[in-house]
Amino acid sequence: MTSQRDLFGSIRVAVNGEPHELEIDNRETLLDVLRERLGATGTKKGCDHGQCGACTVLLDGRRANSCLVLAVTLQGRAVTTIEGLGDGDDLHPLQRAFIDHDGYQCGYCTPGQICSAVAMLEEAAAGWPSHVTDDVAETEVKLDEAEIRERMSGNLCRCGAYVNIVAAIVAAHDEGSAT
Amino acid sequence: MTGEAVTRVEAREKVTGRARYAGEYPVDGLVFGWVVSSTVARGRVVDLGVDEALATPGVVGVLHPGNAPTLGDGGDPTLQVLQDDRVAHWGDVVALVVATTPEVAREVAEQMRVRYAQEPHDVTFSADHPRMYVPDHVNPANVTETSNGDVDAALATAEVVVDRTYTTPAEHNNPMEPHASTAVPGDDGRLTIYDSNQGSYRVQQSLTGLFTMDDGALRVLSEHVGGGFGAKGTPRPNVVLAAMAALQLGRPVRVTLTRQQMYYLTGYRTPTAQRIRLGAQPDGRLVAIDHVASSQTSTILEFTEQTALISRSMYATDTLHTNHRVVRLDVPTPRWMRAPGEAPGGFALESAIDELAEACRLDPVELRIRNEPSVEPVSGLPFSSRSLVACLREGARRFGWAERDPRPGLRRDGRWLLGSGVAAATYPARASGTKASATAEADGRYTVRVGAADIGTGARTVLTQIAADTLGVPLSRVRVLIGDSDFGPAQLAGGSAGTSSWSWAVVQACRRLRTRGAAPGLTVTADSSGAVKARRALARHAYGCHFVEVAVDADTGEIRVPRMVGVVAGGRIVNPLTARSQILGAMTMGLSTALFEESPMDPAFGDFVGHDLATYHVAANADVRAVEVVFVDEDDDQLNANGIKGIGEIGIVGVTAAVANAVWHATGVRHRDLPIRPDRVLTGWAASTG
Repeated sequence: MTSQRDLFGSIRVAVNGEPHELEIDNRETLLDVLRERLGATGTKKGCDHGQCGACTVLLDGRRANSCLVLAVTLQGRAVTTIEGLGDGDDLHPLQRAFIDHDGYQCGYCTPGQICSAVAMLEEAAAGWPSHVTDDVAETEVKLDEAEIRERMSGNLCRCGAYVNIVAAIVAAHDEGSAT
Repeated sequence: MTGEAVTRVEAREKVTGRARYAGEYPVDGLVFGWVVSSTVARGRVVDLGVDEALATPGVVGVLHPGNAPTLGDGGDPTLQVLQDDRVAHWGDVVALVVATTPEVAREVAEQMRVRYAQEPHDVTFSADHPRMYVPDHVNPANVTETSNGDVDAALATAEVVVDRTYTTPAEHNNPMEPHASTAVPGDDGRLTIYDSNQGSYRVQQSLTGLFTMDDGALRVLSEHVGGGFGAKGTPRPNVVLAAMAALQLGRPVRVTLTRQQMYYLTGYRTPTAQRIRLGAQPDGRLVAIDHVASSQTSTILEFTEQTALISRSMYATDTLHTNHRVVRLDVPTPRWMRAPGEAPGGFALESAIDELAEACRLDPVELRIRNEPSVEPVSGLPFSSRSLVACLREGARRFGWAERDPRPGLRRDGRWLLGSGVAAATYPARASGTKASATAEADGRYTVRVGAADIGTGARTVLTQIAADTLGVPLSRVRVLIGDSDFGPAQLAGGSAGTSSWSWAVVQACRRLRTRGAAPGLTVTADSSGAVKARRALARHAYGCHFVEVAVDADTGEIRVPRMVGVVAGGRIVNPLTARSQILGAMTMGLSTALFEESPMDPAFGDFVGHDLATYHVAANADVRAVEVVFVDEDDDQLNANGIKGIGEIGIVGVTAAVANAVWHATGVRHRDLPIRPDRVLTGWAASTG
């Protein structure tokens, strides 16, 4: 049956700005490396199949399901997790907004929601259209609630906090636009 | 503080990722257990291939019936894992591989060449199954059948009769955090288990029974829990396996179920078939209700959902019959899922009431108001409080119900057919005995300990508010510790009875501490059991209602829900912020139940066809639009120390019926089977137009 195959690789990867040299079992996902090797358990495992979004991190600034990323492929890449948002004790505006609008209940999908929202706001600011964008040729996206709901639909919340999640993102977005 | 919208006590931990869940505790020398699941629905394990598995580098052990300890009584047959070679359902535990990394454990577990002596299975539920029987009681300890008057005689003479059968599918709880247990043997011989559950004391009690341990030899902790919805109400096999492996191997072991394994090992909502017969006068006044519910259970444990209970307390009628039937199949054991009983039962009753309103040509809100009972119909007991009529009136006002044209199938906006619907909701307002302690600290702060679990409800926060109020100090001076079996007996975070029960003991402890002067270092304890038992006999229930607008795509049958208004009278609302979230979440799950959720069985193999979050659809963000939550003031001093009715479950009850009634209003077609999938909308249309 299974033999412990001699299939390991070394990578250098930055996690929240910190460089790591890691010997990687080729079967290891980024999610498991974060949780089991680096103690960064803020990134959650909800399904391990890329179906729920709880493991969302930023990979070179773009959102990714870390359960679908084999860690050995990450040579030279930069990963940002929920632990890397905010500045010390100062929360990221989205983290604050999630608190104020009660955009969570059990909290298990929350780090993924927030990481996803961070990247989503940048995607929208860059003019990326979504399924509900009327004119996909338009380079400016009006980020209304329908756009936010659509763009956040890769992150499931079984507690059903969607209405509050949208409110939190709207508030953080408005705050960001105002400054 | 009580009554104020306070943000969560653990808010910062949750939004920064610092909140630790059961599978996230750093432990030196931790090894990883992976469940080997059966791939047949019934039979015996003939060979496991254990030697090959053990030969793999990194494997530190394989637990199987040949080497697992004999378990004592844990009060639940589904926890008797690895005790024999029998397979009772697909996905049953046949072994546990333990290895130094999750990768090794997983690969070895998935590659074990298990051989079975397979036996024919029966996994197909139907109301006319020949082995259907009437059980002795229904969950948790309710009588199976009630009978007031002669229902058949009343129906025979009733001028208006609705006689319909409604079905609901198996549904899975799917909390976002998979069940996880980290069992850590201590140097002092004590086993500590970080476990994802809805009640640590209950888990500890089961485990001490199973492993024949003293109470002091085992501690269960659940600081943060990533949702449960009933699936973590009592221990599940993961915690038994983790404890077993840690005791056997003498080292810390973590067992986390995969999302797929959760479908077979952590419970689900039974499928139901419910026949409802309503008899009424032409003015809509009910003369008879008959509600007979059929459901399934496993061969391991008789669990019969209390599906017809809702009809015992909802509407006035002299003639009322409720009954339950169940069939044992070769399926995983169904358990609690948010509002077990009331949620599927409410779909049937509240759909039938809408059909009765149609038959009587009466507004469905008015019909419900005409059938408001003065006492609880089955028991004859007075209500401690009942605000259904107030909820219906407030909901109708907020929703703009008065402008609704009752005729179905008339409104269209482009491709979308528009309709609206209403349904009522109820859920029991329970409380049970709980222990709590309160300590005055040297720095002027207070620590309160109670075996509560915060599965996302806001329990930790509302208990802090209540404790601060009782002690007469600001929130910042009170720390409430929960999720620790050492704190003693406590109500589970279930049955919508958590906050009502825990807060009762917390108030008693805090009052006592104050009375005794609260000198620094003083700790007092309280046990609310006596006070709970001393309550006089009354019918205690929360009531509410849902108003829903739907849009049905005339080409594809897709249903959207642009607007929902939920109204709840839940006694005193301790924290309007977290309370609103409870109802929002439950309404969202109700919408999801109405439109998406189902776990059909594959009759050939005996497994659930969909067993992950790609094939089992739950509502996503884009499915949920405008949702309004309204609380109707309700002052009830016959409940508990704080006048609280639990609100964790009532928000889901009736949502499915409100959606189905709205779909009828939009399309003119009744849908009596959940979920209302696009294909059912289209075939329903085809059938209705010939």
